[in-house]
Amino acid sequence: MEEKRYERLGESFFHTVLENGLHIYVDQKPGFQKSYAFFATNYGGMDMRFRLDGQWVDTPAGVAHFLEHKTFDTKEGNALQDLAANGASPNAFTSTAMTGYYFESTEKFEENLKILLSFVSIPYYTQESVDKEQGIIGQEIRMGDDEPDTQVFYGMLEGLYAHSPIQVNIAGTVESIAQITADTLNLCHRAFYDPGNMVLCVTGDVDPERVTAIAREVLPVQGHAPAEKDHGQPEAPQAHMSRWEKEMAVSVPIFQLGFKDTPPQKGGEWLKWELTGNLACEALLGTSSPLYARLYNEGLVNESFGYGCEAYPGAAFLCAGGESRDPEAVRAAVLAEGERLSREGVDEALFQRLKRAVYGSMVRGLNSFENLCINQAMAHFCGYDYLDFADCFANISKADVEQTIRRVVVESKTALAVVKPKGEGK
Amino acid sequence: MSDVTRTQLLPGVFLTSVHTKKFKSSLLSMTLLAPMAQETAAVNALIPYLLRRGSEAHPDLQSLAAALDQLYGGSIEPVVRKKGEVQCVGFIGSFLDDAYTLDGSGVLDPAAELMGELLLRPYTRDGAFCPDYTRQEKANLVDRIRSEVNDKRQYAIDRVVEEMCRQEPYGVGRMGREADVETITPQSAWKRYRELLAHARLELYYCGSAGTDQGCFILQKALAGLPREGGYEVPQTLVVPTAQSVRQVEERLNVAQGKLTMGFRTGGITAASPDYPALVLCNALFGGTTTAKLFLNVREKLSLCYYASSSVQKYKGVMLVSSGVEFSNKQRAEDEIMAQLEACRKKEFEPWEVEGARRYTVSSLLTALDSQGRQEDWWVGQAVAGLTQGPEELARAVETVSLDQAVAVAKSLSLDTVYFLNGREG
Repeated sequence: MEEKRYERLGESFFHTVLENGLHIYVDQKPGFQKSYAFFATNYGGMDMRFRLDGQWVDTPAGVAHFLEHKTFDTKEGNALQDLAANGASPNAFTSTAMTGYYFESTEKFEENLKILLSFVSIPYYTQESVDKEQGIIGQEIRMGDDEPDTQVFYGMLEGLYAHSPIQVNIAGTVESIAQITADTLNLCHRAFYDPGNMVLCVTGDVDPERVTAIAREVLPVQGHAPAEKDHGQPEAPQAHMSRWEKEMAVSVPIFQLGFKDTPPQKGGEWLKWELTGNLACEALLGTSSPLYARLYNEGLVNESFGYGCEAYPGAAFLCAGGESRDPEAVRAAVLAEGERLSREGVDEALFQRLKRAVYGSMVRGLNSFENLCINQAMAHFCGYDYLDFADCFANISKADVEQTIRRVVVESKTALAVVKPKGEGK
Repeated sequence: MSDVTRTQLLPGVFLTSVHTKKFKSSLLSMTLLAPMAQETAAVNALIPYLLRRGSEAHPDLQSLAAALDQLYGGSIEPVVRKKGEVQCVGFIGSFLDDAYTLDGSGVLDPAAELMGELLLRPYTRDGAFCPDYTRQEKANLVDRIRSEVNDKRQYAIDRVVEEMCRQEPYGVGRMGREADVETITPQSAWKRYRELLAHARLELYYCGSAGTDQGCFILQKALAGLPREGGYEVPQTLVVPTAQSVRQVEERLNVAQGKLTMGFRTGGITAASPDYPALVLCNALFGGTTTAKLFLNVREKLSLCYYASSSVQKYKGVMLVSSGVEFSNKQRAEDEIMAQLEACRKKEFEPWEVEGARRYTVSSLLTALDSQGRQEDWWVGQAVAGLTQGPEELARAVETVSLDQAVAVAKSLSLDTVYFLNGREG
């Protein structure tokens, strides 16, 4: 195993690649009670069409998420219960481009790690249990239907993208998941749950060599090339629709404003895009920016206001959202501020402060094992190491940030999604 | 073992200090304790937000944001919590630990100074809060109260508590009522603020690498000038041991999924009771984990829901059950939840259920020691209740409590109120 040290951050990652292609990262944290293991596949909600054994396959929306639920089933019962019975708190999530399974535990770490690696890598899907899960996931989808934040975020994606699969709800719909069978799940497992398409990240008071030995013992010796994915034609640079809206039982309008960008290349460029995007958001509308103070004073945004940037294969965007009495006025103000910054540039003193602030917040974020492991897994799939952010940061200039604002914060690239209070009120 | 000390810094001002070097950040909080009461809930809840708007030295949001950026992106957030029948209002701050700054400058000292400044020297106009800030923060508080309905899962939990405890201070909403917000003036808020400063118990919390002496010194300096005029006693919480009869409450909103919540009295058991560890184990067996009766039966066996869980309001002696179900399944879910409670009362457990509940509970208590935020919340709660037990001590007690004791607690639970959030007809 090789150790990569990050002196300034007080962290180090041990890294190795097994013969079957699995990448393992371990961050040793002495003095903590718990250990955390995250086992993820480079496969998420957007990966609905792929080529396996030379055949193109189309799968229903929601299949990656459905698979995640059913992967806990084992021949002997259910791994969720096995882990919980050992005192571990296990769970899993499916995001747009990744599915991750994890647990944290304060005892029996090695035993729990074996359970995790085993149930994720050994498929056991029966039609009976698939049928039963339709009801549970159906209720999860219904719950999402009542969550304005979820609805408005997908609304923004529908606004930004004409056909990219990132706009499809990860959980699918009651109708789409009805098409899922045990065969579908077996097929998708074979396509993507291969060590060569996966990563294992562990944080805690653990021995990296033991982690590697356990992974070798439990997982298949041989890996296979993962299926080839198809996310459709490249998207046009401009937003597909300028506005999306829906009425729901909410008290004030909830909005999400998106700015479509060109997706970055994998590797160091991806990391730089993310850091620059974050700084651009901070300079444009972050809590320290002149615009934010104005919007807050005018009552156009409140403490629920949040912002960030995200990149996926074939899709990347900056976004900001929250509650507002007048979301269109927020869009107009952000665009005007973008224009001003493109013309006049970002204030030098503000830029230096923001760099310091974003750096400090990211270092504080390293307290969280979940954050560390999930970010490293995502970084691995995107071709970089998460903790490289400290060095990358030093190389981002004010001009980089201004260039991002100039490129992205223009009217033709925005989509505004709004969830409006339903006419009859509460 | 964590190194926890408790020190009285000033009359009615106590510091709980956790000394540890394992985090990248330090956490600092200042909390004023007031009785939960309808007349003062809204104005108390407004005060930390008003204070967070500006101080003498940093009179507006932008200058405060700049000061926080300079402190490596530190955060100071207003918080309003309800612990038993005590309203806890103040600030939580998170800062980069001094060991990780880029230029070796200290953050803790100026951070504590800034927080003390916000608490003690607000930006004023004519001897009261600034009218603009008061108007804006009143509007924000109204939005915050109204937007509670947006998160249906939490809303249903809040509503069952409100209905169940409608004749107790615990039934008062954490943020007060909209109508009471309307009547607040810059002068009335100022008067209440000065009362709290002079008479309310002030709880301070610090977790980080600084030693206890250094922490005391820094905080004493930051609070210089705090007026203390007597009082300071912590308000008491009334515990109603058993329910008289079951009350059914139904509300209709435009939602896709029904939300069922049920409130139980615990037979008078609270965090201060000798039987508390048994209540904790009982909750884990019934609905607190993924090995619990509710998860295994209401969700996994009957597929009635995506979530069904129970939780304990430990300072009030209340247990809540929460689930999201199809409208037509409300009665089935309620019956099944009661049937599972009955199974607990009859001691119908497999050995692995008991072991799972115990291991899960112990582990989740110990992992609180790995999170600065969870420790802070724990110790503020304990301070309110006048308790000194740490998470490790409770974990040890849960290790040794018997199943019979947990079953006895299950028998003492009595159903008080059932709340159902239904859809609109037709």
